[in-house]
Parts: sequence; C-alpha cells; structure tokens
Amino acid sequence: MGESRKLYSAPSSELDLDRPNIEDYLPSDSIPEPRGKLRLRDLLDISPALTEAAGAIVDDSFTRCFKSNSPEPWNWNIYLFPLWCCGVVVRYLFLFPARVLVLTIGWIIFLSLYIPVHFLLKGQDKLRTKLERSLVELICSFFVASWTGVIKYHGPRPSMRPKQVFVANHTSMIDFIILEQMTAFAVIMQKHPGWVGLLQSTILESLGCIWFNRTEAKDREIVARKLREHVHGPDNNPLLIFPEGTCVNNEYTVMFKKGAFELGCTVCPVAIKYNKIFVDAFWNSRKQSFTMHLLQLMTSWAVVCDVWYLEPQNLKPGETPIEFAERWLTLSPCRVRDMIAHRAGLKKVPWDGYLKYSRPSPRLTESKQKSFAESLLRRLKET
Amino acid sequence: MGNNPSMLTQYDIEEVQEHCNNLCGVSLSFFCDYAAKFCLDVNQQEIVSLYQRFCQLDRNAKGFISADEFMSVPEFAMNPLAQRLLKMVDGLNFKDFVAFLSTFGPRASIEQKIGLIFKVYDSDGNGKVTFNDILEVLRDLTGSFMSDDQREDVLTQLLQEAGYTMDSCLLLDDFIHIFANSDMKMEVEVPVD
Repeated sequence: MGESRKLYSAPSSELDLDRPNIEDYLPSDSIPEPRGKLRLRDLLDISPALTEAAGAIVDDSFTRCFKSNSPEPWNWNIYLFPLWCCGVVVRYLFLFPARVLVLTIGWIIFLSLYIPVHFLLKGQDKLRTKLERSLVELICSFFVASWTGVIKYHGPRPSMRPKQVFVANHTSMIDFIILEQMTAFAVIMQKHPGWVGLLQSTILESLGCIWFNRTEAKDREIVARKLREHVHGPDNNPLLIFPEGTCVNNEYTVMFKKGAFELGCTVCPVAIKYNKIFVDAFWNSRKQSFTMHLLQLMTSWAVVCDVWYLEPQNLKPGETPIEFAERWLTLSPCRVRDMIAHRAGLKKVPWDGYLKYSRPSPRLTESKQKSFAESLLRRLKET
Repeated sequence: MGNNPSMLTQYDIEEVQEHCNNLCGVSLSFFCDYAAKFCLDVNQQEIVSLYQRFCQLDRNAKGFISADEFMSVPEFAMNPLAQRLLKMVDGLNFKDFVAFLSTFGPRASIEQKIGLIFKVYDSDGNGKVTFNDILEVLRDLTGSFMSDDQREDVLTQLLQEAGYTMDSCLLLDDFIHIFANSDMKMEVEVPVD
C-alpha cells in the first residue's frame, strides 16, 4: 500500500474529511483501465468488485488498527516454567497488592487536599487553580506508579501559553494520565460512564476539560465553541486533543479529525509509543471496561513507554484565508500525523476511526459507481 | 473446534476441505455437469489463517458471521455490490466461509468463478438470469451516474450484438460461453504468517 505517497493530494472543491484519498491506499492494480470496444462480456464481468469484496473479507486495513495483541507466555521449557510461575506469584500476590496500596494512599492524599482547596479557596481563583493543577499531576503520578510506569519523556516540556494545542496519538485512556503527570492539560474527551465519568465531571472539570458525546451531533458545535473560547484564555491550561477520536492499537494511526487544526493555533505534536514487552497498553473498549484494563496493567511487570514532544507546527505565512483554510484543512493534519507516525513508528491508514461506530459514508460507494459508469460510457463511444 | 486458532487440528482442517469439495460438487453440478470434477482445495495454512480471521470477524463468538459483522469492515461496506453479496454470505459458519472464499483461490477453476458471478446475477436462484436481473446489478454498479434509459440502451445493444434478445434468459452455460477465453482474474491471496 502506498505509504510513501501523499495522503491528501490536491484539495478538492468539496472538502470532506470523511473522504480522504482512499484510492491511494487500496490496491488499485486489481482494476486495469480497460480498452477497446465494449462487449457483453465486459458488462457482465463483475469480478473486480467481487475480488475487492472478498479481499476485504479476508483481510482489511481497518480491522488491523484495532486488533489487540495478547502477550505471549514464555513458559516454554522445564526451567523457564518455574521462573514464569514465580513471576505470576510475584505479580499477583506481591506487586498487585502493593500497587493497590500505593493507589489508595494516593487517593487519600489527593482527596484530603483537593476537597479543602476546592471549597475553601473559593475567593482566590489563581491560587486555587494552581494548587488544583499540581494535585491532579500528583494523582496521575500515583496512577503511573501503580503500574510501575517506565516513561521516558523526550524533548522540551510543554509550556503554558495561550493559542497552542497539543495533539497526540491515542492508544488508551492512560495516554492522558501519562501526559497529565508532566503537565496539567485540559483535554477533550468522550464522556464515559461509571467512576471515570464521575472523575470527569468533578475533578477534571476544574482543569477546563471538555466532554462530548460522540453520537450527539449537536455536541460537536458546542465543543467547537468551547474549544475556541478555551485556547484564547491566557490562564487556561494547555489544550490536549487526541485527533484520532478513538483508541488505536499503537501500530497504526487512523485519520486525524480536523477540529484541532481549525483553531488557528500553534499545533504541538506529541508522539506516544508503548513497548509491548510486558503488556499491551491498547484499550479495546469493546472487549473490556476501563477498570479491567487498569487491572491488567496493574498485574503486569511494568508499562514501558516513550513520549516525544515534537517541534511545534505553524501555518505557513503569506497565505490568503482560502488557501489558509484549505491548506490548513488538508495538509496540516497530514503533516502533523506524518510527524507522529514517523516518530512513533506507526503505519498510516486513511480510515476515520469513527467507522468503529458507524458505516462508511455512501459517498465512498458513489465514487466507485462513478468511475465504473464513466469507463462504461467512454468505452461505449469508442465503437 | 476450539476457540484458539492454533487449536485447529488436522481432522478439523480435513473436514473443512472435504466440505468445500462436496459443496462445490453439489451446488455447481446442479447447474452444469462437468463442474464437479473441478474441485477446489484450500491448503492447511490458509485454513488456519482464515480461521483466525473468522474468529476476528465473529465478534461475539456465535459461530457464524452476521450481515452486520460483515458490514463493520468498511472496505466491504463501501463495495457497490455489498448488499447483494450480503444475501449470499449472511450467517456463514466457518465451513461455508472457507467454501465461499475458496472460489477466489488460485486453484479454483474458471467455471467456479463464473458460477459465483452467475449466482450474484441470479438473485432468485432459479438458474436463469433475465434482462431485469442484469439491469439490477448494473444499477448497483453505476448508481446515479447512469440513467435507467442509458442502462437499458447499453444492455439491449450489447445483448443483441452477442446474439441474445431482451427476452432471452441466460443460463450458466451461456455465462461460461460469454466468458470463454477471457483473462478474468478473480483471485484473493490469503495472508499466511
């Protein structure tokens, strides 16, 4: 598949990110341009369409993005097996309880400080937000400690200033915890049910985080408005967006949503790569709840991860507003995604991650119908 | 068959292979006698890979793949013939899944491939393809980019050139005759790791 080819070629008149140039990715050699006079055989020959369909059934690039890899046990022989058993005992009987304890202590410290700060310092907003920021960073450090996270941060730490957004690839909700440990970001997130939802609406709300519901169409407008308000506030926390909009297995990247790139801010890419040696950090939300995912991480030896803060990207100067918008819409997500994909060693696919929840747009089918009809009519004239 | 793809035994694989062979014999000999001798084989590794894929697509581990699960593959869902193919593949169990895909194997005969094309056209399964059957498939393939009149004109003209009329019903033998000597490629490689 043409990884090296440009993702978004010439900007088309009707810009729609639901329709990236998928043709660039799908094997096109299956349909050679037919020539010569049209015969009944050519009309009846539906083999290209059938081949494509069967090819998609056998293997497809979308499903591959969300495939979790369970860690391979290494209890292969007579002396590795006892070692492996010891490992299981250590992980479940010693490490796990110790980590639960660490996390509990963390929560006790956090809550006993957060509640007074939140309610007693009502008058002094500046001091209060500052303290709340450090407290959230603190509890995130406790979370990272609870999986003995070995996290290497590369590049300069993010600074607090208006008009910049951070965009990162998304593998699990722990991405957020890992980044939050260093800097108190305000994040745009799907609203979750259960205890995560409770945290979202109480504690994270104070950081300026914004919630939305993927399935609510009107939420998008509200979020877009909130985003614009947020980035222009001088004292607000830096904004963090996961433009993929869904968790991917850290082997691939799916299409970036354009929202983060329309704000007219500096875009700071962040690349996150997990080492799968001990545990797969991909949260497959279809298969397990976030609690189960955390338990899985807490019973593994360690979560090993690299985080790169990459060069901030800006709009090229001297562009008219239209060029600006078009280039911004088309090239920028691509440029930023290229950087992240390159740094973290991810393969790019042209799919919208939301296809997990919905069907592809009929326009994709229509473009196929169009090219078929055009070739048919052209050959008919060739007689 | 176990849930773990590596648990597919030699017996399981042979059973699937036999099923494919029988199926091709039965379904095709119904239409044409000499198809039966072109039996297909899918090799062991391919069956193991296909089993992994089957388990992946069968998300709720029901033992068959529903229409909805097929449509969750975007590359399949955007195919103009997706709805038509769904009627053929909805609810396939593993054996039928392999049998369906074996038609796309390099060892499947051209008659089998034509047989599959024929089945796509013959939506009511009566062994005859009428003018309207072809028109409907053509409608799926061209959508709003050709008008009904255009489609009818093209089809009428081509049928006449090939020596048929609007009222003639095409049989599988006619299809085999029409596709004779064509360099049709209908092959899908099963990724084997």
